[in-house]
Amino acid sequence: MADIMVGAGFQGTDEATAALKVRGYWQTVGYRLRYDYVTLFFTGMIVLIALGSIFAPLLAPFDPLKTSMAYRLKPIGFRQFLLGTDELGRDMLSRLIWGGRMSLLMGLTPVALATVLGGTLGVVAGFVGGRLNMLIMRTMDVFYAFPSVLLAVAVSGTMGGGMSNGLIALTLVFIPPLCRIAETATAQVRNLDFVEAARASGAGTGSIIRHHILGNVLAPVLIYASSLISVSILLAAGLSFLGLGVEPPTPDWGLMLSTLRQAIYVEPYVCALPGVAIFITSLSFNLVSDGLRQAMDVRV
Amino acid sequence: MGLELPITGAGASTSTPVRPLVEVKNLTVKFVNREATVQAVNGVSLEMAPGEVLCIIGESGSGKSVTMRALIRLLPKGRAAISGHMRVGDYDILSLSEREITEVRGSTISMIFQEPMTALDPVYTIGDQIAETVVRHEGCSQKVGMARALELLQVVKVPSAERRLTAYPHELSGGLRQRAMIALALSCRPSLLLADEPTTALDATVQIQVLILLRKLQKELGMGVIFVTHDLGVAAQIADKVAVMYAGRIVEYGSVRDVLLRPSHPYTIGMLASTVLGQTRDADIEAIPGSPPDLRRLPPGCSFAPRCRYADNECRSVVPAATAVAPGRLVRCFKAGSPPPGLLPGP
Amino acid sequence: MWAYAARRILYAVPIAIGVTVVCFCLVFLAPGDPIQMLLPPDASQADLEYLKKLYGFDQPIPVQYVKWLMRAIGGDLGVSLQTSRPVLDEVSRALSNTVIISLGAVMLAFSLGFALGTTAAYFVGRPIDRVVTGVSVVGVSVPNYWLGIVLIIIFAVNLGLLPATGMGSQGSDHFRLSNWSQLKYAILPVITMSMVPLGIIMRNTRSAVAEVLAHDFVQTLRAKGLGELAVLRHAVRNALPQILAVMGLQFGYLVGGSILIETIFTWPGTGFLLSKAILTRDIPVLQGAILILALCFVATNLAVDLVQTAVDPRIKRA
Repeated sequence: MADIMVGAGFQGTDEATAALKVRGYWQTVGYRLRYDYVTLFFTGMIVLIALGSIFAPLLAPFDPLKTSMAYRLKPIGFRQFLLGTDELGRDMLSRLIWGGRMSLLMGLTPVALATVLGGTLGVVAGFVGGRLNMLIMRTMDVFYAFPSVLLAVAVSGTMGGGMSNGLIALTLVFIPPLCRIAETATAQVRNLDFVEAARASGAGTGSIIRHHILGNVLAPVLIYASSLISVSILLAAGLSFLGLGVEPPTPDWGLMLSTLRQAIYVEPYVCALPGVAIFITSLSFNLVSDGLRQAMDVRV
Repeated sequence: MGLELPITGAGASTSTPVRPLVEVKNLTVKFVNREATVQAVNGVSLEMAPGEVLCIIGESGSGKSVTMRALIRLLPKGRAAISGHMRVGDYDILSLSEREITEVRGSTISMIFQEPMTALDPVYTIGDQIAETVVRHEGCSQKVGMARALELLQVVKVPSAERRLTAYPHELSGGLRQRAMIALALSCRPSLLLADEPTTALDATVQIQVLILLRKLQKELGMGVIFVTHDLGVAAQIADKVAVMYAGRIVEYGSVRDVLLRPSHPYTIGMLASTVLGQTRDADIEAIPGSPPDLRRLPPGCSFAPRCRYADNECRSVVPAATAVAPGRLVRCFKAGSPPPGLLPGP
Repeated sequence: MWAYAARRILYAVPIAIGVTVVCFCLVFLAPGDPIQMLLPPDASQADLEYLKKLYGFDQPIPVQYVKWLMRAIGGDLGVSLQTSRPVLDEVSRALSNTVIISLGAVMLAFSLGFALGTTAAYFVGRPIDRVVTGVSVVGVSVPNYWLGIVLIIIFAVNLGLLPATGMGSQGSDHFRLSNWSQLKYAILPVITMSMVPLGIIMRNTRSAVAEVLAHDFVQTLRAKGLGELAVLRHAVRNALPQILAVMGLQFGYLVGGSILIETIFTWPGTGFLLSKAILTRDIPVLQGAILILALCFVATNLAVDLVQTAVDPRIKRA
C-alpha cells in the first residue's frame, strides 16, 4: 500500500485501498524486488566480487606477493600489468583481486559475529526484562557512548595491530546497535496478544522464543545487520589504513591505500584504485541492504 | 463576544430563485496507478442554493469525500483524473490556474476535516494557524490576523480564548480542536464550507455541541455547507437537502424530510432499515446483503443491482438515469416511479 | 521540562562513569605489564617502583580505578611518553583543531543536505529525488580516507590550488579562522569530512519531510489556500527539530571519529594525535584522548537531547 500512497498528503482514497489486490507478504517482497533493477544490479555486483575473491588463485594473473624492483609504480596499462604496479612492483590487478578476500572477510565476519552475540543478548534482555535487561542494556549504552570509529581504534589501538584484534574490535563496535534492535523488537513482540495466548495455552519459554519471538525479531535484526556490512568494510579498511588491521604484505584494500599514499605524486591513478574497490563494494552492500529493507518494509 | 463577521448577501435566498451557489455537472474522478484504475466518482451532478446545507450520505468508498475534495481541487495531481464541470460562485473550478485555486481555497471555499487530532499543524499555535489564513487572503498584518483569530475563537465558543490562542493543538481536547478547525475555516467568510465528517471522531455529546454550533454559524453567516457523513442521525440534525451516494453516483436526492422519511431508492431504504434510528426496540436490524462493488470493475448496469432484491435484467444491463419522481426529488432507479408494496421497510 | 532535563542529566552520569571504566580498562587490554606501558622504555627500576606506588598498582583493581578516576577528575591524565608533556595539554590543544573542522563539515553538510533532502522529499519519485537519494548513498558508502586522497590528487597535485596537508606554515598548530593562508588548509579536510554527514542528513531530511508531507494537516494547509512554498515551509518547520538532532549527533561522530581524515591531511587534531600515539604506542595519550573524546560525545548527545526538547513543542517530557 505504501508505495502508491507515499507523500500524497491525501487520505480520502478508501476506495483505492479497498480495491487493491491482496497478496501474501513474501509474494509482495518478491514482486517488489523483481522490479527493483538497482537492487538486482548491485546484488549481481556483490556476487561478482565474492566469486572473484573465492577464485582469486585462478583469476589473478600474477602472484600478488611477488615484488620487482624493476617494475615499481608503473601506470595503468603498462605492458602486462593491466592496472599498473605498486610501490614494490607487485601487480595491482592481482593484489586487488586477492585483496577482496581480506576485505570481504573483515567486512562480513564482525557483522556475523555481532549479529549472533548482540542478537542473543538483545533477545534475552527483551524477553527476560527486569534486572537482567537493565544490566545488559545499560552496559550497551556505555559502548554506545563511543563513536564507532573511536571504539574500534581504541580497542585495536591498545591491543596492537593484527587481523584478529581488528576483528575483535569491529565485533565489539557492532554488538550494541544490534543488541538494541533485537531488544526493542523482542520487547514489542513479547507483549503482543498472540504471545500471551501462547503462554496461556501452556507453551514453554523455549518454544515461545523459537516460534514467535525469533520470527518477528529476525527480520529487523538481519536487515539492520545487512546495513552494517558496508560500515564494517569501510571501518575494517580504515583500520588497515591506520596500520591496525591486516599486516603487510598481505593484500588488503585498506592497507594498499595506505602504503600507496606516499606515491600520489608519482602515480596518482594507481594509488586511487584500492579506494575504488572499497567504494564499489561498500556501495553495493549499502544499496542491496536499502533495497531489501524497502521490499520487506521493515523500519529500523 | 459580538459576531463581527458580516452576513453575506446569500442570506436572502428564500423566495426569489437565485443562481445556485454550487453547480456540478457530470463529475467523474478516476485514480490511476500502474495496477488498476479506480473509478471513484462516476458522473455526479448536483446543484445547491446559497445558504443551504446539503448532506452527502454514503458508506466509505461511495465517493462522497472524493467528490468534495474535487470541488476544492485537493486530489493528488497526476494520479486523480477529474472531468466534468464544477462551478462554485463565480469560479469555474476546473479552469482555474494553480495560483487562482489557492486564492479560492480558504476564502470562498473552505474545508474542515474528520480528524481534529491530525488536521492541525502540531508545531504552530492555534492563533498562528488561523492568523496565517487571514494574512494570506486579506493581506493584513500578523497583528490584525491574531486579533481576528481571537474573535473567531470566541465566535466558535472556545472557552478562555486568549489562552487558547497561544496553545498548541496537542494541548486542546478533540472538541476544542474541532472548534478551532471551524474557526480556521470560517476565518475568511467563505460562501461554501465543505465539511468532511467533522463530527465522526468526536464523543457523542461533543458531537452534538459541534453540530449545533455549525448549524447556528451557518445560519448567521448564510453560507452554504456541503456536509459529508455516513451517519443518518447527523444528517437529520443538520441537513436541508440530502444526496445519497453509492459507488460513485448520487442514487437519491431530495429534501431531508423526503429522503429520510419516504426513501424511494432500494439502497436508501436498506440503509435506513439497517440503522437503529426510529426502529421499534425489538425489531431486528436488517443489513443489506452483499458488499459494495469493486470500483475497478463496476457492473455495467445499476451498481446496486447485485445487492438489490428488486433488480431485473434491465437493472443489470443499463445504468438508470436520474429521474425526478417529484419536484426537487431525484432517484436513480427503474423501480422508483411505482414502488412495489414490499419495497418499504417492513414492520 | 526542567524535571526532564534534570533526569536526563542524571541519566548521563552512569554512562559517563561507564565510559571512564572502559577507558581505564584499555590499559589492561594492551599486551604486557600495564606499568611498562605508562613508562618510557628507558625508565629506571626506581622510577618503576615510584610509579607503582603512586598509581597504586600494588592494590586491587577497583582501588586502582578510583585512584585513577580521582586523578583524572583533577586533570591529571598522565604524561605523554613521547613529548613528556601532560596528556591533558596535548589533548585539549588538539581538540580545538578537531572541533573547528568538524563544525565546518557539519555546517556544510547541513546546509547542503537539508536543502537537497527537502527538495527530494517534495518531488518524491521524480528524477531529482533519485539523484539526491543516489548522492546520499554515495556519501555514506564512500571511504572518506580515500576521498581525501582523491581530493588531494585533484586539487593539490594536479591543479595545485590548495595545500595538500598540514595546517599552515611549518609546525603551526594553532588555528585562526581570520587567516586565509591558514583557512585554505582546512578546505579539503572539511569537504572530505562532510561527505558522511551530508549523506546521512540528506537521507534523514528526505524521509522526515516526506513523512510530514503525508500528514493530514498538510491538506488543511492546502485547503486554507496556502501555496506550495508555504506548505513546504510548514513541513520543514515540522521536520527541523529532528534534523537538528541528527546534525548534532553527526557532529559528535565527527569529533570522535576524525582519526582517518586527520591522518591523511596531517591536521593536528585529536585524531592525528591518536594515530601518532598508536604508532608510537604512547598509551597514556591514547587513553587520555579516548576518554576525553568519548566524554565529549556523551555531552554532545545530552546537549542535542535537551535542545530538541526545548525546541519542539510536540515533545512534552515531564
